[in-house]
Amino acid sequence: MLRVSSSPHIRDNSSTQRIMLDVVLALIPMVIASVFIFGWRALLIYAVSVVSSVVFEALSRLIMKREQTINDLSAVVTGLLLAAGLPAGYPIWMVVVGAFVAIVFVKQLFGGLGSNFANPAVTARIVLAVSFPAETSSFSVLPQYAHQASLTEGVSQYDLVTSATPLGMSAAELPSGWDLFLGRHAGSIGEVCILALLIGAAYLLIRGVIDLWIPLVYLGTTAVLITLAGGDPLFHLLSGAVVLAAFFMLTDYVTSPTTVAGKIIFAIGAAALTFLLRMYSSMPEGVSYSILLMNILTPHIERWTAHKTIGGNYAKKSRQNS
Amino acid sequence: MRFKWSGMLQGIHPHQNKNTAKTAIVKLSGFETVSIPLNMQIGPGCESLVKKGDQVEIGQKIGEALGAWSVPVHASISGTVKSVKKEILSDGTHVEYVNIESDGQETVSAEVRPPEVHDRADFVAAVRASGLVGLGGAAFPTHIKMQPPPGKTLDTLIINAAECEPYITSDHRICLEYPRQIIKGIMLTCHYLNIPEAVIALEDNKRDIVSVLQAEIDQVKGTPDYPGQGISIRVLPTQYPTGAEKVLIRLINGRVVPEGALPADVGVLVQNVGTIRYIAEYFETGMPLVTKIVTIDGSAVSKPANLEVPIGAAIAEVVERSGGCKLEPAKVIMGGPMMGVAIDDLSRPILKHNNAILMLDEKDATLPQEIACISCGRCSRACPMLLMPTVLDMAARIQDCDKLNQYHVMNCIECGCCTYVCPSKRYLLQNIRIGKTIVRQASKS
Repeated sequence: MLRVSSSPHIRDNSSTQRIMLDVVLALIPMVIASVFIFGWRALLIYAVSVVSSVVFEALSRLIMKREQTINDLSAVVTGLLLAAGLPAGYPIWMVVVGAFVAIVFVKQLFGGLGSNFANPAVTARIVLAVSFPAETSSFSVLPQYAHQASLTEGVSQYDLVTSATPLGMSAAELPSGWDLFLGRHAGSIGEVCILALLIGAAYLLIRGVIDLWIPLVYLGTTAVLITLAGGDPLFHLLSGAVVLAAFFMLTDYVTSPTTVAGKIIFAIGAAALTFLLRMYSSMPEGVSYSILLMNILTPHIERWTAHKTIGGNYAKKSRQNS
Repeated sequence: MRFKWSGMLQGIHPHQNKNTAKTAIVKLSGFETVSIPLNMQIGPGCESLVKKGDQVEIGQKIGEALGAWSVPVHASISGTVKSVKKEILSDGTHVEYVNIESDGQETVSAEVRPPEVHDRADFVAAVRASGLVGLGGAAFPTHIKMQPPPGKTLDTLIINAAECEPYITSDHRICLEYPRQIIKGIMLTCHYLNIPEAVIALEDNKRDIVSVLQAEIDQVKGTPDYPGQGISIRVLPTQYPTGAEKVLIRLINGRVVPEGALPADVGVLVQNVGTIRYIAEYFETGMPLVTKIVTIDGSAVSKPANLEVPIGAAIAEVVERSGGCKLEPAKVIMGGPMMGVAIDDLSRPILKHNNAILMLDEKDATLPQEIACISCGRCSRACPMLLMPTVLDMAARIQDCDKLNQYHVMNCIECGCCTYVCPSKRYLLQNIRIGKTIVRQASKS
């Protein structure tokens, strides 16, 4: 019996699982840095987030009577990115709630991998921030990195102390640029260490998983807008979730455009929203909201920037574009 | 954002697997039976001129062309017609087959004599009478290509020796072993069709061809029939699908063949190198197209080879005589692994446009399980036509004819790059083909 199928009869050795594994590997430096800056509590948050994401993924596929998809590792990526946006002292049960929202509501109820309209981790982070505002904005760090001497008196060096993030600090307390780059300050566990994020980003670039269009345009536009508004661009790029978003969240395949023109529009839009929310809203940070809003626009951007096929006849301008 | 796309290919770099590049062509004869389909081309096929019991000789016309696009079919061995009956062809259509049993004599028909040609019309008629179709794999009737639509003139002849499909080396071997015929074929074509310039295009994995062909070009330079603007050789980077007609034209002279149009519309005639070599052979010997040079390779084959075999010979017999299989073949492909057709039965015959038979073992034949699209965009970055394969795939799945048209499904050249690169292993091209059928059916009704 010979097998027949439609050509092509050969495939390259890429796989979705391998792409997700690459993202997981690229996030490992971030996880290690978190443990150095926030102690073992950070690792606990990552572990709970990843495990509950995978469990919710498996359970929802089971209940929906669909094939199991945990092998594609996308739930692991979601778990890591969700945890990356949370403070080190976050209540564990809230982490589980976040994973539930990300996997069940944002991802599986819309059809699972590839069908979600927004980044599950980012959306879940917003749901947590709105539902539990006090806990989600209560940042802490190991005392040696607190930068606020008054807080650290009489505290053991292994206990977390609550501290403002650099975006919420007064000018006198601000950590140095070097401390910002290495992440030695309070903040969400995955966002702080820029060095670790850049190492992971370099790996993704080398592996060809992401390209530089979205990260560079996003970071560049943010820096230009902050400068024009009289802010310190370097400080803003190095604090908060900007770098994590640029390389790991905005570049999520499913919720970002595939065309080069689309990527540029998407990144400029996200940068403009980040800038507006950071500088002129009541919130110190606006990266999550800017990602979510641009995710929602992605299908439209994709349609506006659709390639024109070579030699295609576009003479008659059809107005029936859905 | 406007880029100048015309010079860009995108495309892919699959493993070359050109295992037979140094394997000389071996002529196999003495086949006891052949089974010759009367339609081996794009367009209508032939009507049988023979019936059961008739004696036929090599080169004798056994199928008369039906309609302007059709070319005749000739007997590839001498012997007795055992039957003329309808059977399924490897592409799934039903056509008449002439089954001939050899008399072991290999007698050449008295019909076989070099054509007498005086002008363009004679030349085109002779090419058609030879039964020639595009030997690169598409089987487009050559005489149709040679007649540009009214108001258009041909100014460039491109000889396609790119052979960008993995495994296949038959064109490579033809270039090395028949350089004189290739140059002669170019001269004949340029002379009678009044084409001033010829370009031989090949990929840089076949650089050994360049000196061989250049030596032949130098010999004929300055003779009266030498094309006014000369014959040049262009070496292109090895990348699939360089050899796709529309892509090749873009790479060689930057012209874009519009959607639904033919190369003649932009003044270009593209001929496969095997086709052009055969034109010279025919004008020297008068022997119609009755043999074909094919590469035999693949993971299940014990001895990869390049063979010249009679058209109509059973694939099973050809492979057996070239050394057989070392593993049970799980999939057999007529043509290359990117665009070839998987056949269902080893008794199927070698066709005019076969350039390879690939026998794949179980491992290579395993079909991947497709999972959800993650919108990575690799398919549209690989598409040499800058289409959006995922959009076409989804539109075909839900039979959205308007969307298929809006995203120009008919401009797809079916090269398979999108499916090759997909990390979710989606059957994009398969669905795009279905999409094309949906559009064709809608335009009929």
